[in-house]
This record gives sequence, C-alpha cells and structure tokens, in this order.
Amino acid sequence: MTTLEIVTFFVYLAGSVTFILGLKFLASPVSARRGNRLAATGMAIVVGWVFMTEFLLRDGGLSTVWILAVGIPIGSLVGAVGARRVPMTAMPQMVAIFNGAGGGAAAVVASAEFLRDAGGSGPLLPATFMIATLLGAVIGSVSLTGSIIAFGKLQGIVSGRPVTYPGDKIVTGALLAGILVLGVVLTVVTNSVPLFLLFLGLALVLGVAAVMPIGGADMPVVVSLLNSYTGIAVAATGFVLNNYALLVAGTLVGASGGILTQLMCRAMNRSLFNVLFGAFGTAGGTMVAGATGDLNVREITAEDAAVLMAYGRKVIIVPGYGMAVAQAQQSVRELMDLLVAKGVDVEFAIHPVAGRMPGHMNVLLAEANVPYDRLKEMDEINDDFQNATVALVIGANDVTNPAARTDTSSPIYGMPILNVDQAEHVIVLKRSMAAGFAGIDNPLYSDPRTTMLFGDAKKSVEALVSGVKAA
Amino acid sequence: MNEAVHTLPTEALLQALFIFVLTAFVGYEVVSKVPTMLHTPLMSGANAVHGVIVVGAMLVAASAEGPLRIVLALLGVILGTINVVGGFVVTDRMLEMFKRRPDGKS
Repeated sequence: MTTLEIVTFFVYLAGSVTFILGLKFLASPVSARRGNRLAATGMAIVVGWVFMTEFLLRDGGLSTVWILAVGIPIGSLVGAVGARRVPMTAMPQMVAIFNGAGGGAAAVVASAEFLRDAGGSGPLLPATFMIATLLGAVIGSVSLTGSIIAFGKLQGIVSGRPVTYPGDKIVTGALLAGILVLGVVLTVVTNSVPLFLLFLGLALVLGVAAVMPIGGADMPVVVSLLNSYTGIAVAATGFVLNNYALLVAGTLVGASGGILTQLMCRAMNRSLFNVLFGAFGTAGGTMVAGATGDLNVREITAEDAAVLMAYGRKVIIVPGYGMAVAQAQQSVRELMDLLVAKGVDVEFAIHPVAGRMPGHMNVLLAEANVPYDRLKEMDEINDDFQNATVALVIGANDVTNPAARTDTSSPIYGMPILNVDQAEHVIVLKRSMAAGFAGIDNPLYSDPRTTMLFGDAKKSVEALVSGVKAA
Repeated sequence: MNEAVHTLPTEALLQALFIFVLTAFVGYEVVSKVPTMLHTPLMSGANAVHGVIVVGAMLVAASAEGPLRIVLALLGVILGTINVVGGFVVTDRMLEMFKRRPDGKS
C-alpha cells in the first residue's frame, strides 16, 4: 500500500464515523442538527479527498476533471434550490426525489463499471464482481423509478389510488423472474452488453410496476423502503469498487431504512407484505356496508367550541394532514398561546403515522414554533385523553377512528389509535364528511360526545382564535 | 488503484463482507434509538448519507474513457450531488426548527 492509499483509508474511516455519529445524534432534538452537520462535514472531507487524489494529484486526472466541474455545480444547484424551496408539507415527496437521484446514481455507477470491463471476448468477469454489480444496478434502478412514482403519487400527479389490473401481480412476478434469470445468465454464461441493457430496462419497469398498485396513504412506507434499497445499492457498489466509504454509508442507510420501514408498519398494525401487495385504500366491500347507516353528526359553532376550550382544564390537539394542507399550523400555534395564557394545559397528540410520514407533524409544528416538548407521542398521551376537557381534532381522521379497536371488518382493525373518544368533548375540524386518505368511514363523528366544525381548517382555527380572545 | 478493481481478490471481498455485516448491526442499533418525533429528519438525513454514491461516480469519472462512460459518469455525478446536497440541506432546514418551550419546563 502506498502512503496515499493509507491516508485514503483513514479518510474513509473518519467519514464513516461521522455518518454513524450523525445518525446517533438524531436520537435527541438537542443534538440532531449538530449530528447532521457533522455527517455533512465528513461527506465533504471524503469528497474533497477523492477530488484531490483522483483528479488533482493523479497523472492524467485532470483530463476528466471537467465532468466534476460541470456535474457538481449542476447537482448542487438543483439539490440546494429544491431543498430550500420545498414547503415542509411536501417533505415526503422531496425525500422521494432525492432518494431516486441516489438510486439512479448507484445504478449508473454499477453500469459504468460493468460496461468498462464487459463486451470483450476474454474470459467471464468474476462472479463476485458480477453479483455485486448486478445488485447495485437492479436495486438502484428499482429505487429510481419507484421513487419517481412515489413522488408522483404524493404530489398528486399520479393517481393516489392503488392502480391495479387483473394479472398485475403476475406481471410483477414475471419481471422479477426475468431479472433473476438474466442476472444468472449474465453472471455464469455471458457478459453480454445487450442482455445487461435488457436487465436494466426490466429493473426500471419493475420499480414502476411495484409501486403503482400501492395506495397514496402507504407512500411514506414505500419511500422509507426505497431509501433502504438505495442504501443497499450503494453498499453493493461499495463492493464493486472495493470502497469502504460507500460500503459503510450504504449499509448504514440500508439497515436504518429497513428498521424505520418496520416501525412504520407496526404503527399501522400491518405487515410489510400487506402494505406492498394489499392494494390498501380501494373501496373494499365490508366497511362501506356498515357505514351507510344514518350518520348522525352534530355541528358546533366556533364560538361555542372556543368557550369550551377557554374554560377547560386541558385541551389535547390532534393534528393531521388536513391541518398541513390548509396551512393552519401558525393559527394553531396562536390558539395554543391564547389557551396557555388562560391557564389551560395544551398538549398535542402525535400519532406515529399522522401526516404523510412519521414525524411529519412534528416538523410542521416546529416550523410554526410550537415547542417540541408539548408534542406527545401516542403511548405517552393516550391515557391522558380521559382527563381532557376537549380533544380538538384538526384534519386527522384514520388515526382517531375507533373502528380500529372494535370493528373486525374494518381494514384498519388493530391499528393503534389515539383515544380521542375518551375526552369529555371531541371537536372535529373537517372540511366535509369525505372519508380520510385511506378511504374509510369514521364512527367517531357520530359519537354523542363529538361535535363537528366544518370548513377549511385554517379558517376554522382562526375563528376559534377570535372566539377564545372574546371568551 | 483503479485498474483491475474488478478482479476483487477474495481476501478484500471477505473483509468487505465482514464490515458489511457489522455495519448493518450498528445501523440497526443506532436507528432504534431515534424517537418517532425525529423520524422525518431521520429519513431525510439517512437519505443524504447514501449520497456518498457521488464518490463512486467520481471514481468512475476519474477513469472514464469513451463517450458512453463519460456520459454515465456525468449523470452519476449530477444525480449523486443532488442526493447529497439536497439531503443535507433539507435535513438541516428541518432540524433548525425544533425548539423547546421558552421556560424550559418539560
């Protein structure tokens, strides 16, 4: 090993340590930002070192340095502008797009490595090299196109409904089988370039075919899973290039994305298999039959609701995606401030899958300057609902649906929910009686303790704010 | 270091496998301790970390010959940079907003 190679080794080691510490510091909001910056610094050092050793100092390295001179500014500009401009409500889409870019890059790197060495009439490339390369290419490609579809579904460009057709699972299975067969052929029979391109093409189609049948409500799980896939693809290219920075970073993300996906599924009480293949959110037959009965809902005026809260002991606010869509976070914070000033104990109950992504509500409320220690996780606050004067549900639906506890025929049966129905009064802010993202009716709305305040969440909360001021 | 990387000697491969397995456990342990409240920044932060693929794209670029490999290298560098820069910036933006109650009471 030359001295340069030894230093490179230590640079990669240092970078890998910052990646691990970066994720470790995310365990607390106090240290999280520092952790992210540490990881970013480690990344900058690794990139800077590779730039120096592979381009500036290496003979002939300058001949291709223009690729970086063009590519890095373009990528930085697109990434930074996207990251700065994206509204916090659209965060899941943004993560999906960045993830797709990473997956695409992994597929490209793997392909370039294959194309460099393949096509000649020499002996077959070593099987280990081929396996790692093909894994990087196929997983990266699935991650790329899958992320694009997930982005489309979250953004509303592609239908959020599960898109299924007769035999769709057979097509997906055939794609998978085709990829497997081609992979084996490419490894043990021939390093044919056209076959490799076909292999890549099938992988790209598989990404689309695998995500289309999944409902919009489950996209966060998909994004998390694809994030994990990109990590694995990056780790595979780490094997190909025998590069420990890629190997460690990719594996870390692969593992972390995996466990996050698992946690999300558990929060919904569903298996990953069910999420991926269940076509959740189609108008299934059973629950519609149960819900067509007379829905007796009572309305409440904003003034009456404000009085209930202003003279209550404790108000628990349950935010959902409806709040985010209406951009009502600032008004909600104002309402919180006013109630706190009146001596009311105000807390927020955050369901693990509230919003479009776990922790999404925390980000949105943090943006509106709600202190994070008023935000309670489900297990922490569920026993407190019985002490609450008012549970104020703002644009949340499925996570408050008592059918999950009682109705075995409900598609969300068994999902842990927030016990809003145990509060003295439940006030639900809702645009209309339309069903939630998952397309399921909610018996909470006809509960005798529940009153509804219809309208745009922001306008309703503003009305509550003036009501509390007047009370 | 770039030529003949593909031969991937068995010893190097086994060492890489060793690191791979241990790192998977580290990743699992570290992420298990992250609270739900930070799962969105976690996802985007982890997303930024796999942006390290830009290093792979740079290594491809370093030895790129012929139009096809040059185009692939450029594409890889652009995509990888989007991933790494966008990922870290957006995560920082989110984490900046997390604040405690002013009175510090919890």
